[in-house]
Amino acid sequence: MVDGIKNFFIALRQIVKGGIRYYAWISFLLILIALGTRTYLQQFELGLITTAMRDQVSWGFYLSNFTFLVGVAAAAVLLVIPAYLYHFKPIKEIVLFGEMVAITAITMCMLFVTVDLGQPLRVWHLLPFVGKMNFPSSLLAWDVIVLSGYLFINLALVLYALYRLSLGKEYRLSLILPLILLSIPWAVSIHTVTAFLYNGFPARPFWNASILAPRFLASAFCSGPAIMLIIFQILRKLTKVEIENRALFKIAELVAYAMGINLFLLGAEVFKEFYSGSIHKAPLEYLYFGLHGKDLLVPWMRTAFIFNVIAFVIFLIPKTRENFVTLNLGAVLIILGVYIEKGLGLIIPGFIPDSLGEIYEYWPAHSEGLITLGIWAFGALIYTLLLKFAIPVYTGDLRFESKTRT
Amino acid sequence: MKGKFISVAIAGLFILSVSFTAGSAEHTQNDEKKDVPEIFFPGTLSSENFPCSKCHRFRPTDRKQRDLKLAHADIVLKHAEKQRWCLDCHDGDKLRLPNGELIDYDKPYILCGQCHGTVFRDWKAGIHGKTTGMWNGVKVYRICVNCHDPHQPKFKQIAPEKQPLRPTEIKLNLR
Amino acid sequence: MSKKIRNNPLGINLNRRTLLKGAAAGIAASALPFDKADAVDWDAFLQKHFTELTDEEIRNVIERLEKEASVEWKKEIHIGATKALPGVKFGYGLDLSRCIGCRKCVAACVKENNQSRTPQVQWITVLRFKKGEKWIDLENSEKYYNPELVPEPDYFYLPVQCQQCENPPCVKACPTQATWKEPDGIVVIDYNWCIGCRYCMTACPYGARRFNWARPEIPVNELNPETHYLGNRPRYKGVVEKCTFCVQRTRSGRFPACVEACPVGARKFGNLLDPKSEIRYLIGNKRVFRLREDINTEPKFYYFFAYGR
Repeated sequence: MVDGIKNFFIALRQIVKGGIRYYAWISFLLILIALGTRTYLQQFELGLITTAMRDQVSWGFYLSNFTFLVGVAAAAVLLVIPAYLYHFKPIKEIVLFGEMVAITAITMCMLFVTVDLGQPLRVWHLLPFVGKMNFPSSLLAWDVIVLSGYLFINLALVLYALYRLSLGKEYRLSLILPLILLSIPWAVSIHTVTAFLYNGFPARPFWNASILAPRFLASAFCSGPAIMLIIFQILRKLTKVEIENRALFKIAELVAYAMGINLFLLGAEVFKEFYSGSIHKAPLEYLYFGLHGKDLLVPWMRTAFIFNVIAFVIFLIPKTRENFVTLNLGAVLIILGVYIEKGLGLIIPGFIPDSLGEIYEYWPAHSEGLITLGIWAFGALIYTLLLKFAIPVYTGDLRFESKTRT
Repeated sequence: MKGKFISVAIAGLFILSVSFTAGSAEHTQNDEKKDVPEIFFPGTLSSENFPCSKCHRFRPTDRKQRDLKLAHADIVLKHAEKQRWCLDCHDGDKLRLPNGELIDYDKPYILCGQCHGTVFRDWKAGIHGKTTGMWNGVKVYRICVNCHDPHQPKFKQIAPEKQPLRPTEIKLNLR
Repeated sequence: MSKKIRNNPLGINLNRRTLLKGAAAGIAASALPFDKADAVDWDAFLQKHFTELTDEEIRNVIERLEKEASVEWKKEIHIGATKALPGVKFGYGLDLSRCIGCRKCVAACVKENNQSRTPQVQWITVLRFKKGEKWIDLENSEKYYNPELVPEPDYFYLPVQCQQCENPPCVKACPTQATWKEPDGIVVIDYNWCIGCRYCMTACPYGARRFNWARPEIPVNELNPETHYLGNRPRYKGVVEKCTFCVQRTRSGRFPACVEACPVGARKFGNLLDPKSEIRYLIGNKRVFRLREDINTEPKFYYFFAYGR
C-alpha cells in the first residue's frame, strides 16, 4: 500500500517534470483543448444547431473522425500479429507503443461520439443494466461493447507490461498471451462492428453493400500504421528508444498490401455501381463527379484518390519504401488520403442524396472544426503523457520501489 | 363557390356544430339500400332553399341552350355542358334524374351518382371526399355539393402553404 | 445527492438499479447546471424509461412534467398518457389521385403537434414530381416548390411522413430503446429517454424523423395545450421526433389533424383490424402501394389511386 502511494508519486513526478520543449508542447495542446472545450460548452448550451449538420445530413464530421479513429485503433493489431504470432523481434519491441496508440484512439472515439449527442447527460441510458441498452438489436449498442472491451484489453496489456517493466522484471508472456490472442479478432471486430453500424440499413444504399466492412478494414490498416510510422520516427529522434529500421520497413510493407487491397475494393465498388448503373450509384457519382451540379466533395475525393495511389506505389517499391524521404512522404499522403476518403468520403455521402432525394452539401462548421481539433489535441495529450511515463520505464531509466524487489 | 364551401367546411369543423339531418320518410321512390351515410356537414339543403317555382311558374319553359341574361347570369355551366342544359337536372322545385324521376335537394348524391357511379360507391364507403368525426364512431360526411360546385365541379386551384426552409436557411436564432 | 434521491417525490423504490443510476448521475454531476439543480432536475435526470414505469409512476412523472412544461412554456399544459386501444392497429391511406400539394396538412400538423417554428420542424414533407417522369429518382422531385396556385397542371404530389412500419428499422437501430412500436402499431419516442444520437434518422428510409437542433420555439398563443406523453407534448433540444398519427387524438377516436385539414379529402385513416373500416375497404378495392416495399419495412401507410387520372 505504502509502495503503491510512493509509486504513484514517482509516476506523477515523471509526468509533471520535463524540459522546456515538453512544457511548450503540453501548453500548446492545453490551449487547443481549452478552445475545443469552450466551443463545446457553447454547443452544449445552444444545441447542435451550431454545427452544419441538419436533418438531411444528420451525421457529419464528428462521426467521420470517430470512424477514422476506430480504424487507427484497430490497426494496432497489425503490430500485434507479427510481434506475437510470428515473433518478429523488431516489432515486438515497439508493440507497446502501438497498443498505446489504440488506447488513445479509442478514448478519442468515445469523445467524438459524446460530442455528437443531442442529450449527452443521458449517455447512461445506453449502458447495460443501468440504462436500457438495445442489445443485440442496435449496432450502436454492439459498438459500445466492443469499443470498451478493446479499450480494456489494451489498457490491461499496456499497464501489465509497464508494471512489470517498472519493477525491473520481464513480463510473463504466458500470462497475457490469451489476452493478446483475444485482441487480434477483437481489433478486427471493432472495425467490423463500426462498418456494420453503417452497413445494416437499406435506407442508405451507399453503405448497404457487403464490401463496406472489408473496405473499412483495408483503409484502417493503411492509415493506422502510417500514423505509427511517423510516431515511431519521432520517438526514435527525441528519446532513447531504439527502433530498428527493419521494423519500420516491415510496417511500410504491410501498409502497401493493405493499400493495394483498399484500392482494389474501391475499384470493385466503382465497377459495380457504374456498370450496373442503377439509382444507387448516386452517392458515388456525387463523390467523384458531382450530382445535379453539386460537387463540393469532388476535388477532395479526387485528391484523396491520387494520394492513395502515389502512396501505394511508394510503399510497394522496396527502394522508395526504404528511403526515409519517400517513406515519410508516403505515410503523410496515406494519412491524409485515408482521412479524406473515410471521413468525408464514406460517412457523408451516405446522406447525399438523403432518403427523400434531397442534396444538402454538408461542410463542417467552424465549431465542428474547433471541437474536433480539441479532441485531437486531447488525444495527443494522452499519448504524450503515456509516453512520458512509458519511455523511461521501457528504457530502464525509471524504476518503481518494491519490497519484494529481486 | 366550391372554395367557399371548403373554407366554410373547415372553419365550421372546429366549432363542430354538426347538424343532423332528420331522416325524412319521403324518399320512397328510390330503391336505394340504406347504405348511404346519414350525417352530413355542414348539412344538406332542402327544397325550401330552392323556391324556383316562385318565379318560374310565370315563365314559359325554354329548353334551348343560351346565354342566360335575365337571371342566373352568374352560373356558368362547365359540367359536360355540350350534352346538357338546366332542365336536365332541374324540374320545378326538385332535382330531376335522367329517367324523369324527381327528388328533393337534400339528396343530390342520388342525382350525381347516376353518372358518377364509382365515385358514388367510393363516397358511400368513405373513400371519396372528406370524412370527419370519429374513426371508431359517428362519422361526418360531406355531400357532393359541399365540396363541388355542381355547375363547375372541377376544383379550382388554391394557394399553397409556404414551402419549407432549406437546411442552409435553418440557422442559430440568437436573440 | 443521496438525500435528494431519498426525498424524491416520484416514489420510486430505492432498489439497486436506482442507486446505480445515482452513481451514473454522480459522474455527470459536474456537467449539471448547479444553480438550478434542485430535486426536480434530479428527478428529470433519473427518470426511468416510459415502458418501465408503473401507472402510478406515470401519473407522478406526468404531474412533474406538466409543472415543468407550464413554467417553461408559460401556459397550462395537459399531458395525457392514454394507452393503445385493444384490437386496434392504425392504418393510413393517401389518395394520390386527389392530392393537390397545398401543404395544408403540413400547416395543420405543425400546429396540432407543437412543432418548433424556429428552428423549423415539419413532420410532413410534400414532394412534387413532374408527370411522365420516373419517380424512383427522388433527386428529381422538388420539395421547395412554390407556385402561386396548386395543383400545377404538369405535376403530381406525394406527401411523405412517418410510415409507421410494422418492421421499423429505426426501432432496431435505437441504442437505448427510446423509440418503440406500440400495440396499436404507432412508433413512438420517449423524449425523456432519447439521447439524441440520431441513429434512427440514419436508419429511416422515409426521411421521416426530425431532430431538435436547438431549443424548439413556439409562440405561446399557438401552443396546443392538449398533449400526449408519446406525442405532441413540447419537446426538448437534442431529441428526435416524428409523426405519431396524432396519438393524442386518435387514441380517443378522433382523426389525425392532417386528415381533417385536407381540403380534398385525400387522407383516410382507420383501424386495420376492423374489416369494415374505410382503410380496409380501400386496401381491398383500390390500387394501393406502399413506399419502398422492396426493403420489407411493411409500412401501415398506403398510397392509393381512387380515380383514374
